[in-house]
Amino acid sequence: MEKKQYKKIVDKHKPTETRAQNAFIAFVTGGLVGVIGQLMTEFYSSYFEISTKDASTFMLVTLIFVASLLTALGFFDKWVTFCKCGLIIPITGFAHSMTSAGIEYKKEGPIYGVGSNIFKLAGSVILYGVVSAWFFGLLRLIIMGG
Amino acid sequence: MIYVYSFLFCGFVCLIGQLILDNTKLTAGHITSIFVVVGSFLDTFSIYDKIINYVGAGALVPITSFGHSLIHGALAKASDMGIMGLLMGMFDLTASGITAAIVFTFIFTLFFQAKN
Repeated sequence: MEKKQYKKIVDKHKPTETRAQNAFIAFVTGGLVGVIGQLMTEFYSSYFEISTKDASTFMLVTLIFVASLLTALGFFDKWVTFCKCGLIIPITGFAHSMTSAGIEYKKEGPIYGVGSNIFKLAGSVILYGVVSAWFFGLLRLIIMGG
Repeated sequence: MIYVYSFLFCGFVCLIGQLILDNTKLTAGHITSIFVVVGSFLDTFSIYDKIINYVGAGALVPITSFGHSLIHGALAKASDMGIMGLLMGMFDLTASGITAAIVFTFIFTLFFQAKN
């Protein structure tokens, strides 16, 4: 009886604790990715003597490259299960979803395996991004004149 | 100081995502899609531009900046070309990211095998 009660209490408290932990980890890792991005942007803009805007494009490409490479090498999946949204919400998650799908479906061939599956998750991001950007852009053109 | 703002903003966006993921039935795919829409919505009123000015790369790294870049490029082209510009400029700013992701994915898919 006591054991059952104990288990009930444990079950009650377990999820909230892990939720708080998850949220904290996501906050810290997500923040760190942001700081790394800022560091890289400043490094590129001073090293190549380009504008901050161009440097931020370089930075995004670098992050995508690193995330893709680490996914291909097999490290990134473990990090994502640990950090969750800390790595999914940054652009690294976009690259991770594409590369992991590509490698997973490699067996099924280059067309119906890799080709049809790399946009399985990233496709929804692009679809809703484009549709919403088109819709909001149209609204802004009509209402505010550009 | 911009590093602190970068940390706080990017962390905050990820925190919201994690809270949605843990407390609702929505999956990571839903959340990234929602965040892209939120990003493009915020840029409709040029709010996201102001955030980027304050926090730098911290606002460019989260997926919300993808939506921001989409609508930003579309509106920039639309100011020259009118309503057709929306279609022509949509991928102007995000082209580098999408192309890089596709190319790297393809190359790595050629060379690496699934672990299991």
